[in-house]
Amino acid sequence: MDILKFITAGSVDDGKSTLIGRLLYDSDSILADQLEALHSSNRKNDDGSIDLAILTDGLKAEREQGITIDVAYKYFQTDKRKFIIADTPGHIQYTRNMVTGASNANLAIILVDARKGVIEQTIRHSYLVSLLGIQQVVVCINKMDMVEYSEAIYETIVNDYKALAYKVGLKNIKYIPVSALKGDNIVHASSNMKWYEGKSLLPFLESVELEVDDSRAHARFPVQWVVRPQTEELHDYRGYAGRVSSGSFKVNDKVTVLPSGFHSTIEKIEVLDAEPAEAFAGMSVTIHLKDEIDISRGDVLVNTEYLPEVSQLIEADLCWMDTRALDPSLTYFIQHNSKVTRCKIREILYKVNINTLEKEFNEDFKLNDIGRIIIKTAEPLAFDLYQNNKANGGAIIIDSRTNVTVGALMLRAVAE
Amino acid sequence: MQLDYLDELEAEAIYILREVAGQFEKPALLFSGGKDSITLVRLAEKAFRPGKFPFPLVHIDTGHNFVETIEYRDKMINRIGEKLIIGHVQDSIDEGKVVEQKGKNASRNALQTVTLLDTIAKHGFDACIGGARRDEEKARAKERIFSVRDEFGQWDPKRQRPELWNIFNGKIHKGENVRVFPISNWTELDVWNYIRREKIELPSIYFAHEREVITRNGQLMAASPFLNMDDEDLIEKRNVRFRTVGDMTCTAAVESYAYRIDDIIDEISESKISERGARMDDKVSEAAMEDRKKGGYF
Repeated sequence: MDILKFITAGSVDDGKSTLIGRLLYDSDSILADQLEALHSSNRKNDDGSIDLAILTDGLKAEREQGITIDVAYKYFQTDKRKFIIADTPGHIQYTRNMVTGASNANLAIILVDARKGVIEQTIRHSYLVSLLGIQQVVVCINKMDMVEYSEAIYETIVNDYKALAYKVGLKNIKYIPVSALKGDNIVHASSNMKWYEGKSLLPFLESVELEVDDSRAHARFPVQWVVRPQTEELHDYRGYAGRVSSGSFKVNDKVTVLPSGFHSTIEKIEVLDAEPAEAFAGMSVTIHLKDEIDISRGDVLVNTEYLPEVSQLIEADLCWMDTRALDPSLTYFIQHNSKVTRCKIREILYKVNINTLEKEFNEDFKLNDIGRIIIKTAEPLAFDLYQNNKANGGAIIIDSRTNVTVGALMLRAVAE
Repeated sequence: MQLDYLDELEAEAIYILREVAGQFEKPALLFSGGKDSITLVRLAEKAFRPGKFPFPLVHIDTGHNFVETIEYRDKMINRIGEKLIIGHVQDSIDEGKVVEQKGKNASRNALQTVTLLDTIAKHGFDACIGGARRDEEKARAKERIFSVRDEFGQWDPKRQRPELWNIFNGKIHKGENVRVFPISNWTELDVWNYIRREKIELPSIYFAHEREVITRNGQLMAASPFLNMDDEDLIEKRNVRFRTVGDMTCTAAVESYAYRIDDIIDEISESKISERGARMDDKVSEAAMEDRKKGGYF
């Protein structure tokens, strides 16, 4: 059994909370005491049924102030798969939250209201899903019950969306007509839409294949920690502890340490007492090399035949996440896997209006702004282009005054 | 190749533990004697052996623990050969920093926060690793894996740092510290399946046994000198086990005949009460956990 992580993109009125509630409720993922709280609540739908949106309700602070706080994580499982939902509420700070939730998602559900079709926010959500490189998209055309389960309306929306998908560069799209409120095509096939022959949402989520980057070309191992017991019996023990971020490594592979450029060969791979012959993407292991070279946290081991980019001047997409605007005169920190160094934003090339996808050319870069910039780092970064290898192509910007994470970077090219 | 879910959760937790080691000067692992922190110890062995842990274990002892928990703790420390620091709630009471609660539902659970914060300050810990999980409760569902606290230990849900990809920002100012939750993405069932797979030994109270209990607010509480009882409390012998292990005054038992780990996993798979449903400390109000977290609780 594996894990599928997904986000749901939609605003308050799209029925997003109802959709998540419905998935949990119909898949029997709600426990008795939660169900009791649900039934005892005096919030009901118009027809008197339980308001499933309560299941994704927030904190006291949120209720009191009528706001929602970024990302909430929900967990459920069926006998086929485990699921982690990053529920990002729709409101002012939506972009920041959706980018956060999307960074770790394998799949995105984009909700479209059947009465409204493809609208501005659909463009926004689809752009962000594309920007963050989520490989699989499910477009749920929701509220089909309110358009008399019309196949013609569904087809029109699917065609409109295809045009949008092409424009923002999304592939692998599954379309499903649903009613989260009534439960049509969520867990069970709808008897109201016999014309739809595809899978319902949950069966689709259970069976969709996940892409895993295990190509040798992307073998990357950021070193987090050096294990050196320095005891009498383990005097010469020196293991590099980390997690394979992408690709795979085998014993006897030739590796290069970056940014220093030293070469060596993998002698042994360890996980406590086990010695696997191969370590692939996602595994936390300890690697031993045949040569004694100076390696510390922040270095990355890569397959010598497939080197990543190494540069101090990088072109990247930036999403700004702080209420204080970007200040190009300031020195920030950049964190890329286990590496932290200083950086400056050299140039803002353009910003993207995520509602129209048009480029804008003004100099300020504020909360929720997205655009293309050139960044200069104090030390070289060994990175892959985000579009080729997400795991080694993302980075964050940290404000050196507040220590807060203020920006997300998708590294796109070596800048000239 | 796609990792099995337990392998993926394990690898993620080990990664987080190593980030703590790499990013902080003086981390600590908060050890309660419960199954979640016992799981953390196993994960730390996988992260750092054959080296020593780059942090001590810290136990905040209410003085109202189950005997079995303390026995387990001492035996385990002996086995792993790591350092244990104990913060005693009794010391905080003796120093007059907190006052023992009165009344029938009196518990030292809330007092722990002061002892915890004092212990953090005394040793200068900048990161405290805990076994909380996001599936436990809806306030936890919104907490980050690296959760920055101010010098009062406060969690401010509105000022959390975005956490993107696998990048954890542990930069803090002096006086602040970070609570780190490596098993955030695990569910109760995941923890049990992992314990079974790794053959991890647990305190005996997790398994069914006969015990003297009283029924209070519809829940079974272990009869003990720490529980304020009166004539209305009827002590009876029941076959029970505990789903969480906390202070004796706030941890309720469930009727159970699950003697082996396989029985427990079957029981949880079918259970209709979520785990924290058996914790009195969350019952006080709907926002109980959120309020305690803001006050510096684990």
